[in-house]
Amino acid sequence: MELTSRDLKDYFHLIVNMVEEEKDYLCELDRKIGDGDHGVTMSIGWQAVNEKLVNELVDEEDPAKISLVVGKTFLSAVGSSVGPLYATGFMRGAKTLKNKNTLHDNDLTAYWVAFANGIKERGEAEVGDKTMVDTLEPFAESLTSQFADTQDFLTAFQIAVNDAKKGMESTKKLISKKGRSSRLGERSVGAQDPGATSVYFILATFLSFIEERKAKVS
Amino acid sequence: MKKLLNNPTNVVEEMLEGYVKAHPDYIKQLPENQRSLVTVRETRDDKVGILIGGGSGHEPGFMGYVGEGMADGVAVGNIFASPSPDPILEVTKAIDKGAGVAYLYGNYAGDVMNFGMAAEMADLEEEIQVQAALATDDVASAPKEEQEKRRGIAGELFIFKAAGAAAEFGYDLENVIRVAEKANANTRSMGVGLSPCSLPQTGEPSFELGENEMEIGLGHHGEPGIEKGPLETADHVAERLVKDILEDMPINQGEQVAVLVNGLGSTPRMELYLIYRRVEQLLAERGIVVYRSYVGDYITSLEMGGCSVTVMKLDEELKQTIDHPVNCPMFVQK
Repeated sequence: MELTSRDLKDYFHLIVNMVEEEKDYLCELDRKIGDGDHGVTMSIGWQAVNEKLVNELVDEEDPAKISLVVGKTFLSAVGSSVGPLYATGFMRGAKTLKNKNTLHDNDLTAYWVAFANGIKERGEAEVGDKTMVDTLEPFAESLTSQFADTQDFLTAFQIAVNDAKKGMESTKKLISKKGRSSRLGERSVGAQDPGATSVYFILATFLSFIEERKAKVS
Repeated sequence: MKKLLNNPTNVVEEMLEGYVKAHPDYIKQLPENQRSLVTVRETRDDKVGILIGGGSGHEPGFMGYVGEGMADGVAVGNIFASPSPDPILEVTKAIDKGAGVAYLYGNYAGDVMNFGMAAEMADLEEEIQVQAALATDDVASAPKEEQEKRRGIAGELFIFKAAGAAAEFGYDLENVIRVAEKANANTRSMGVGLSPCSLPQTGEPSFELGENEMEIGLGHHGEPGIEKGPLETADHVAERLVKDILEDMPINQGEQVAVLVNGLGSTPRMELYLIYRRVEQLLAERGIVVYRSYVGDYITSLEMGGCSVTVMKLDEELKQTIDHPVNCPMFVQK
């Protein structure tokens, strides 16, 4: 697989649309265990990113720069806790793309692993805390090992996103240990974590993007 | 819920525009970032800068507390969301006079990350010395064994006041932080929620509570509390809140305290004074002396219904800080 800066921008546009579609659902999840604004927050951040995509980034050809601007823009617009978390993910990802014009299977693997690890480090959360990490850690582990086995990014990413989904769903039965919702204790059980969900959507959007692209090429 | 709005997306920007237009004699926006507000007054050259901040929706918290005796600048976040590092850094640069800047904010995951990133940037890129003191006054937010995990609620007012005064006394950064941390260690709050607020962007209530229910320990973003039950009388509620505070922080007979009864947004002063009446009685019964009292909406949650009680134990130094005059757009003390 080979992706260019144009593809990367197309993907970020897809996230912008996805977030608008899922905004209400994410708020709904957040109302059960938080203050009900996760969808709004994501929308504020991705709308700001959209502004950059259609202006400053239109002619940008450096994938690293694109991912860096996406992270920084999201952080500036959002603050909150999701701001630093997603920003760190996209900025750490950007680091792995430095000096690369086209992205190959190993670059894409490195990018997504760095994204997942960056968020985990920033949030200082572990699997089982009912956070984004419950989606991201199984995803990154599976992506790393599957890619080592198959050397095929698409196959590895498909399996990894499937494990990410299981991780996201596992948050339903967990007691929250981080952030505002940790205050709920037992009462947080039964609700799926909004952060674990939005990050799953971000990964799933990338999967459908590369699947579609592959279908077009072949 | 009905609200007076234009485009809900612009609510924070429009509020800030109105705020600086209303109080040009107190405050201005920085050209670098609209979410950065600083005092217009001239302060002493060796004064430690006091920076406060947090989400909007808590007005008068936090932008209402920029001025004499309190903060020099504030970074304003989206509703109930920490500001990002950018506005924090801009305020830091604007208010530093070479003596460093004290960051004061509530202990929330988002605030810790964003203020932490801003402090790192201030140090690395600007060589400004920054130290932070976090408010953890909300007794209901974590058990005593995990006190460091507790969030800040209305008690933040006392912490801002103590540190703001200390900076004006000419204390250095280390001592401003020491006073802020002492104020925090001596402060406890307990709240009760009666009705939810709704975010302008969604219009949906932030939590659900039955018509005749109240929730003890409800957080000031609608985080669920520790106990839901039938609505009780003002006296009973005051007794419960004071009991939890004193169990957590015993106060001896003869000790002096500052008390704050804080409304969450839509609870009338009438009801707040009913609560204060009983709080004062309960403290007097135990021989605890109320040195100074505050009743009103100091840190709110949009139109949430309910209130909190905050008690700060005073020593001589904290008494001096609590007596220090304040002149801010939303808080004046002579």
